[in-house]
Order: sequence, then C-alpha cells, then structure tokens
Amino acid sequence: MMRLQDALEQVRRRWPGEMRGEFGSRKDALEYEMESPSAEVPELCGWLFKEAGYNFATLIPEERESGWELRYVFYGDRNQGVLHVLVRQPIDNRTFLSLIGHVHAADWNEREAEDLFGLSFEGHPRLGDFVLHDDHWPEAIAPMQRSVDGRQPLPHQQREGVWQPLLVLDAPGAFAMPIGPIYSGVAESALFLLETTGEDVVRAVPRLFYKYRGIEKIAEGRSVQDALLLAERANGTCAFAHGFAYCRAAEAICGAAVPDRARMLRLLLAELERLRHHAGAIREICESTSLAVATSQASIPEEELLSLSCSFAGHRYLFGLNTIGGLTRDFESAACLDVAAGAADILRRLDKLEEELRYSSSFLDRLEQVGMVSNDDARTFGLVGPIARASGVARDLRRLQPYSGYERMEFAVPCEQEGDGYARLRILFAEARQSLRIIQQAVARLPGGPVCQRNLEMKSGAALGWTEAPRGAAFHWLRVGQDGMVQRCRLASPSLNNWNGFHLAAEGFAFQDFPIIMASFGLSVAENDR
Amino acid sequence: MRGWVFTGLKTGIKSTRYPEEEEKRPGVSPGLPIAGGNSLGLVDICPTNALLASNGQVALEYGRCVHCFRCARAAKSAPLDWSSGYEWADLSAKAGETAVEFGQNGFGRSLHVLVVDAGDCGACLSEIAQLNGPYYNMHRLGIFITPTPRFADVLLVVGPVTEHMREPLRKAYAAMPTPKRVVAIGVCALSGGVFVPSFASGSGVADVLPVDVVVPGCPPPPLAVLHGLLVAVGRKPPSRMFVSQRPVEERTPVL
Repeated sequence: MMRLQDALEQVRRRWPGEMRGEFGSRKDALEYEMESPSAEVPELCGWLFKEAGYNFATLIPEERESGWELRYVFYGDRNQGVLHVLVRQPIDNRTFLSLIGHVHAADWNEREAEDLFGLSFEGHPRLGDFVLHDDHWPEAIAPMQRSVDGRQPLPHQQREGVWQPLLVLDAPGAFAMPIGPIYSGVAESALFLLETTGEDVVRAVPRLFYKYRGIEKIAEGRSVQDALLLAERANGTCAFAHGFAYCRAAEAICGAAVPDRARMLRLLLAELERLRHHAGAIREICESTSLAVATSQASIPEEELLSLSCSFAGHRYLFGLNTIGGLTRDFESAACLDVAAGAADILRRLDKLEEELRYSSSFLDRLEQVGMVSNDDARTFGLVGPIARASGVARDLRRLQPYSGYERMEFAVPCEQEGDGYARLRILFAEARQSLRIIQQAVARLPGGPVCQRNLEMKSGAALGWTEAPRGAAFHWLRVGQDGMVQRCRLASPSLNNWNGFHLAAEGFAFQDFPIIMASFGLSVAENDR
Repeated sequence: MRGWVFTGLKTGIKSTRYPEEEEKRPGVSPGLPIAGGNSLGLVDICPTNALLASNGQVALEYGRCVHCFRCARAAKSAPLDWSSGYEWADLSAKAGETAVEFGQNGFGRSLHVLVVDAGDCGACLSEIAQLNGPYYNMHRLGIFITPTPRFADVLLVVGPVTEHMREPLRKAYAAMPTPKRVVAIGVCALSGGVFVPSFASGSGVADVLPVDVVVPGCPPPPLAVLHGLLVAVGRKPPSRMFVSQRPVEERTPVL
C-alpha cells in the first residue's frame, strides 16, 4: 500500500487535473476528490487499484444539471484516505470509457449504470440485460434519469422465454440447469443457470435483480429522514449498518456533531447486529449440510440474539433506532450491562458449537476444499467482508477507515488463507468473538449525555458515509438539494461486490456442493438488488 | 456423530407452548402502536400514512405501519402506546371473498407451505426461517415448508411484489392444487410499505393474487406468521384488528 502523500504526488505528476483536498466536512477521515479528463480515468483508476493498492469502493453516477458526474470511489489503508475520481461530461455525451481492463471490480457497477442511467461504457464486453431484465422492460428505458418520474409505472412488456445467457459449454450432453427464481426452502428470489455436462458445474451464471425495488430512485424527492427508512430496508438483516452509513452521510452534509454517548451506543448496536447476522449465517451453513442438530444449535443463539435485540432496543432487527444526529432513544445503563452479559452467554453457546463442528468429519468434508476463492481473485473482483477475509484479504473498514470511535476499540480483524467454505465459517465464528469484545468495551466506556443532537438543520450538499456492514463494506452517497430533499442516494452494498465473484466459488464443483457454497457465501439478494 | 445426539438431548425442549398457551418470553415481538388518544399532530409525522385522524381520535391502519417508532419517540405531543402482542393475522380486507373460516380446516392435519419472496428486504424471510428453529418449531403443529408449488396448500408471500417477480408469483400460484390459501406476510405485502409509489414494485400481493389472510408488521415476528398460518386453516380465530379504517379510494397515497 502506497502512502497517501506519495500517491497524491504521483497522481498530480502523471495525470494533471483538478485536485480538491479535504473534501467534505468530515473530521475523522481524509477525503480527496480529483477531477480527471474522461480519457485518462481508466488508467488513473487502474494505477490506484493495482499499483498504489487502493481498494475499489463503488461507482456513483449522477445526472446533475451541469452534466454527467461519474465518481469512482477508492479507499486506502488506515490514514491513507478515501479518493474520489471524478469524471464530468456534458449531458448529451453518454459514452464513457470502461474500467473493465484496469479495475475489474467495477464491472457490475458499470453494468448497473448502463442499465439504469442509459450510459454506455466503451470496451465493456457484457452490457445489457442486468438490473432491468430484457424480457420485461423495453431497452430504451433508463429509470434513474432525472426526466423519469419514479412514482409512475413505466411501460413494460412481458415476453416469454426470451432471455438466455450466452452458453459457452460445447461438449456432448452439455445443458444448462436453471434454479429459481423461486426455489426450495425459505430463500430469496434469484435465478442461477448452471452449465454442466453431468456432475460438475462448469459455469455458474447468477441472474439477479428479481427483487429490484428501485430504492435509489424512489429515495429521490423524499425527505432525508424518510429516505432513511429506505436505507434501512435495503437489507433488513443488516438494517442498522446501512442506516448507520446513511446517517453518517447525512450528518457530514449538515455538519452534525453526534454526541459521544450516541457514537458509542451505535457501535454497541452495530456489533450486536453483526453478532446476530453471523449466528444466522452459521445456521445457514449448518442447514445446507443437512446437519439437523447443529442447525438447531445455531438457531438457538440466533433467536436469542433477536429477542435480546428486541427487549433491549424495541425491534428484533434494530429498525428505527438511527436518526440524523444520533439515536432515537436512550438506554439505561442496567439494560446495556444486561445486553453485554446476554451476548456473552450466547457467545459461549456459539463457541461450544464451533468446537463440536470441528470434530464432525462428515460436516467438514462438505466444506473443506469446496468453493475456493483464491487471494488473487478476491482482490481482482474486489470482494469484501468475511468472504474476502477468508481468502486472505484482511480488509475491514472499522480498521482501515475507522468511524464513530472504532479507532479507540481493541479488536482483531480475523483472517484466513484457504478461501474455502470452512475458512469462511471460521471467520464468522472469530468475528462473532470480536464483536462481543467491542460490545463489552462499549458498555464499559459508555459516556453520559444526550443521544441525539437536537434542532439539526438540514443543509444542501453531498457526502459519502460508510460502515463495515456484517457482509462487508457499505457506502452510502447522499446529495441533498436546496429544498432539503434527497436528490441522489447511492447505496453501494457489499453484496453487489460479492455476487460479482460468486461464480469463482461455484464453478468447478459438483452440483450437490452448490447449496453449501451459496450458504458459505451468505450473500443477500435484497442488498444486491435494492 | 454420537456427540450430536447427546448435545441435542442435553439442550432440552426450547419450544414455545403457543398456540395452547400465550408466549411470555421477552423480545418475541416488537409490538405495534395502539390507536387512540387525541394527539392529532402524530398523523403528520407518520411516514407511511398509517396514522389518520378519525372523529378527533388517532386511528391506525396496521397494514401500513412500518415500525419507525416516530409516533412513540419523535413525538412532540403525547406519544402512542405500544402493544406487546403478536396475534396480528386477520382475514383479507376484501372479507367475504375468502373461504377461510374459523373452525373450518379443509386441509387435514398437516399443512405444506410454499414461501415466495416477491421483493422483501430479508427481515420477513429471516423471521419465517426462525419458524423452523427450536424456539418456534412449526413442525410440531404439522406445518412444513415445501420446495414446490405442486405440494403446497398455502402460499406465503413476502415483499411488495416487484415487477420482475409478478409473473413468477402468478405461475407459482397457478401451479398449486386446490384448495389453496394465500397468506400475505408483512407490511410490504399488504400495502407496499416504504417501497411505494414506485415504478419497480406494486403495492402488495392483493393486486396480483386473491389474498386470504394478512399479517401486518415490519417484519411480523415468527409468532405472528404462525398465527397467520393457523388462521388460514381455521385453527385460530383472526384478530379483527386489521379491519381497514377507510375504503381504498379514500386513502391518500404514501408520501
């Protein structure tokens, strides 16, 4: 990882453009914005990603009155800042250069922008049918453009069986096996096409966005408080983390000083959510291997954490707690002590479960050496969260770009090298232990005072907010207009990055491993589709 | 493997006694606001128009409440009280069109349920998944999740029904044998919740399929979902709390 000052120096020398330092009004992070001519962006971004060691966060396309603004966001290690590479083009020039050969991680972000904004990315090999399915919507529709009213229905047509992925397998007896969009169990809707000649999955093509609710579009024109409800419900199982990231963006815009007590309580709640999410992810892995007793043993801590969250904070999924400027309610110190003690009890159960799973050879056989993602692939595809950390990419926004007081917390970022299903399971257990550590520290150091800054006035402006959600790095970009309403809300979720690399794990393994690989990835379709 | 058997036995029975007895364990339900009082100022702060003024009193349309807690926490006037119950399932607003009747089962002793996700945020699905766990264990009531519509008696739908999911949902319903019931789970499936009005999703399951039972909540806790299933087969009486307080055409659009 190159140091921030060196990286900025090199960028200044090699790609002269406008550089705006200290971008945004945030005090806890270094954000730089660099505007660059369209032709130089792929190379600049590629250099940041490959040579300087910056991580790709997201692409934020915006249609402003002055023209198109595309913002490629990168983040570095601790103290190495967050960099925005900005491209501006007039509104009638919709063709940009694709980053695909330089920053592969941006692949799906560009496909999304092409589909929703009607942009074109020169050099990208697979544009088209992505968010808006071609068998449902006419090609000309670009709902994210400002001229489109997101509250009104758009014209669409229903065509039977038009869509078919490009089949690449040319062998005797080759066929494509469709799974979904409705399939067994309590599962989110998504379609998987598995190309095979019999036993092994040669090629896996996930077709997502069946659950596309257009959250980014319908947030536009709503008040900042009301769009928070959408940010929370982009992914109900990680609602607090997303609400947190959204609030951080809004607070950066209006320059709110979140009281210390709220900052600490937010950490407590975010880690409680992570603990519960990981318990649920562990349950799903046990379920996928049909180990019934272990599934039950993992269900118990999950349900106990849900009811603990509910009796502590009023909602099982921690909805309605975050607000711009802090939290909507305070907690008694006795309740905080209880939640730490309750979480510690539940973690003991999880530890016991991990110990028992370690000695269940039939279970390990299904996970070890299955669904491998190499370290190189994890970096190239920009994987984030526990999945990346299981492949040796020890990146965690709580450590790299700490916020809300994580810099003063003692915790480890667990990392494994194997990149298989078992490594991902071990990461979940290890992170659950670290979450408990943070909960205990937060409770022990909880300062007094108010939990919300009163009488906040919303200002116009734009800012980026981020948190390490249970599934990985989440970035929320918010632009508020003069009228105090949301003009643009970009919700960059970890699942979008990770689904992009899902096929890496699924290809080359047998059919019966597919559900297990899917469970060990633990991805959310809702978070991806939005 | 022998270890697992002992682990299971040692854990003992965790299951709730519901529906025979009321569940008293804390945290099984986030509760819902209780209508009443005359702090009409609350009506304005409700983001989904769940609150409305009716004869000088605050009335509530449960099919729209998304648990934002604003009427309980952000209120300048007297906040609304919250209930702690979970028996929220009711017959569909289009009462009279459903064959569901208390005491009339029509499905024998077991019930097979197909869960269709029509665009939920994940929370409703997660709550349904808890029903398979030891605490709620719906198997003891003869209720099972089935992977295919061909074996399904009940269609459990979550989410506002996105444009992309409308056709798959219709097909799943058509593939089910009769008699069949449709249970809409969660506010999104009832009214579209926070996701309407929108180009990408509809305002609930009722626009696509005939709904028999509705379960409000964002998300409804597992016991509320269980209550919905029991209501759908006449094993529990509906709550009658969901009776819509204004006809569809008089409702103001959300936001």
